[in-house]
Amino acid sequence: MIQMEELTKIYQMGDNEVRALNGASFTIEKGEIVAIMGPSGSGKSTVMSIIGCLDVPSGGRYMLAGMAVENMDDSQLAEIRGRKIGFVFQQFNLLARTSALENVMLPLTYAGISGRERQARALKALERVGLSDRTHHAPNELSGGQQQRVAIARAIVNEPAILLADEPTGALDSRTGVEIMDLFQSLHRENGQTVIVVTHDSYVARHTDRIIKLSDGMVVSDEPNPDPIRAGAPRPAEKL
Amino acid sequence: MLFSENFRVALRALRANKMRSMLTILGIVIGVATVVSLLAIGEGATADITSQIQSGGSNLLVVSPGKQQKGARFTGQSHQLSYLYYVDYQMLERGLTGNISAVVPIYQSSYTVKFGDDSFNAATVGVLEDYQDVRSFEIAEGRFITDGDNDSQALVAVLGKTVAEELFGVLSPLGKTLSINGVKFQVVGVLEAKGASFGSPDDSILIPLETGYNKLFGETAIFNGKKVVNNIFVSVETTETMDTVSAQIEFMIRRSHSLEPSDELDFYVQSQSDTLETLNSVTQTLTIFLGAIAGISLLVGGIGIMNIMLVSVTERTKEIGLRKAVGATKNQILTQFLIETVTLSLLGGVLGILLGVLMAAVFTVTGLITSVITADSVLMAFSFALMIGIFFGIYPAFRAAELHPMEALRYE
Ligand SMILES: Nc1ncnc2c1ncn2[C@@H]1O[C@H](COP(=O)(O)OP(=O)(O)O)[C@@H](O)[C@H]1O
Ligand SMILES: [Mg+2]
Repeated sequence: MIQMEELTKIYQMGDNEVRALNGASFTIEKGEIVAIMGPSGSGKSTVMSIIGCLDVPSGGRYMLAGMAVENMDDSQLAEIRGRKIGFVFQQFNLLARTSALENVMLPLTYAGISGRERQARALKALERVGLSDRTHHAPNELSGGQQQRVAIARAIVNEPAILLADEPTGALDSRTGVEIMDLFQSLHRENGQTVIVVTHDSYVARHTDRIIKLSDGMVVSDEPNPDPIRAGAPRPAEKL
Repeated sequence: MLFSENFRVALRALRANKMRSMLTILGIVIGVATVVSLLAIGEGATADITSQIQSGGSNLLVVSPGKQQKGARFTGQSHQLSYLYYVDYQMLERGLTGNISAVVPIYQSSYTVKFGDDSFNAATVGVLEDYQDVRSFEIAEGRFITDGDNDSQALVAVLGKTVAEELFGVLSPLGKTLSINGVKFQVVGVLEAKGASFGSPDDSILIPLETGYNKLFGETAIFNGKKVVNNIFVSVETTETMDTVSAQIEFMIRRSHSLEPSDELDFYVQSQSDTLETLNSVTQTLTIFLGAIAGISLLVGGIGIMNIMLVSVTERTKEIGLRKAVGATKNQILTQFLIETVTLSLLGGVLGILLGVLMAAVFTVTGLITSVITADSVLMAFSFALMIGIFFGIYPAFRAAELHPMEALRYE
């Protein structure tokens, strides 16, 4: 599904070159749930933005479902972002003064789905994340966990094949963070979606089946997690 | 994404910053209001003047001395040493054919007029009885000058409304005696006001022409031993014969002035439609000029909108990044911001039209200037606002559309 070969990403900062990615390679199959870990500045967000077609690599190859992304134009990339990928961010990135329902409808609007169907699907997505009773609340009337659920509803409303979450629990307390991870797990289990979660919290990472570690823009370890933490299990005491 | 949705998004964005939105469109509001009210005033003035000229008799030909000067016909500036004479009038009176209803000469000059201690200068016009019909004057009080007054060289005067009010206030001037250049005249009538238009009698005093030649005008009204007239009015019954009558007049006076066929005319014949044409071209120029000023203020308003939209694009960088992340194409972002700018400027346009209509109404109600709002001017102002919105919206919208999705999302 996702094939990365010798990916590089270089940012030009004045005279300096920042190598955000320095030859990272990995493959993620359809239906996997994977965590990407690494210290701050190791290139996690950069990798996610390339997977999500928000950015293109400076070098290397990225194949998404067998298609070479670097040959696509803006409207093709926009279509992939809208239909194939659901993004969840650390800071939720909900539109202010806009109800949860309308926030969730946004991707459907750009996908050209008609008003009635849009609303029905958005309501279903909100129900899926357990927010049926908050559809008309604006972001500032919701808790952080609820806001992140709205953002997840927005990410899944188009039923994308891939869910990308960049530190989705980073702005939440640990209990709410675990709830969010449970949500990703069940989405993965029930819909067979490919889920990739960036985190620097190893407890969060252990909710997935596989953990990729980055350092200085390179993959330093890529190992399966044979015994992932299941939804609802209490967090071990030493991690609190 | 449908227009209506874009429009809702735009309204939400504008509501989020109500005060700023209002201040932003102020330039457009003022510009549009100026366009609408100025055009209304221009239109009103044209309609006013047109109706006043037409009320002066639409089948009227006016013969004046001198060369016709395009665009400067009311300056009264005539060629030196060209005169019209009383004998010209007599010849026209006898010779013209083709449904002529009246031929009237006038001679006018300015004199000091006194009543009691009041004195001021007023145009004194020597006229015949038919002058009333020719100029469609209404009598407010008393009577007009008659043929009998002329025959007997009676010392009687008919006052224009303003003169009557200046000299007598609320008192009736009828029967009172005033002195014009030292000669005593008895007031026998007062004319209705005609308003401040060309040839309005409001500021004049009318006397019998013969009385004038014999008792008031003196040597100034004589040239080469002939009585001079300022204008000869020829009133024609049907508009169809105007052209032939006009040609007859030219032919006859040319002969009476013994001009060679190669000589230029030393007089000219003007119809009301000529006068209207000139006036219309003058008011049109004025309207265009005022419109241009208003257009400049619209332009300034447009630049203000563009400025704010650029600020808005920067402020909403993250939002734009998010929209792109959930599938918005460049075109969709472009459309969204363009519609936002257009919404702003159209809002300004609508408010401006309302304000302009209000201003025009205030002008009319207070009697300052008559103004007429036309659908054309409203439509023009509206489409101007639309064009400003599109023109000044393109660049900010383009900036928004071209934002890099990842960089935009990272923007703090
Ligand atoms: N737009 C950018 N311009 C310059 N440098 C950048 C930009 N984005 C990221 N970087 C740099 O690239 C490196 C990797 O960044 P990032 O992928 O955000 O790391 P992480 O998400 O793992 O913390 C960092 O050193 C960061 O400073
Ligand atoms: Mg990051």
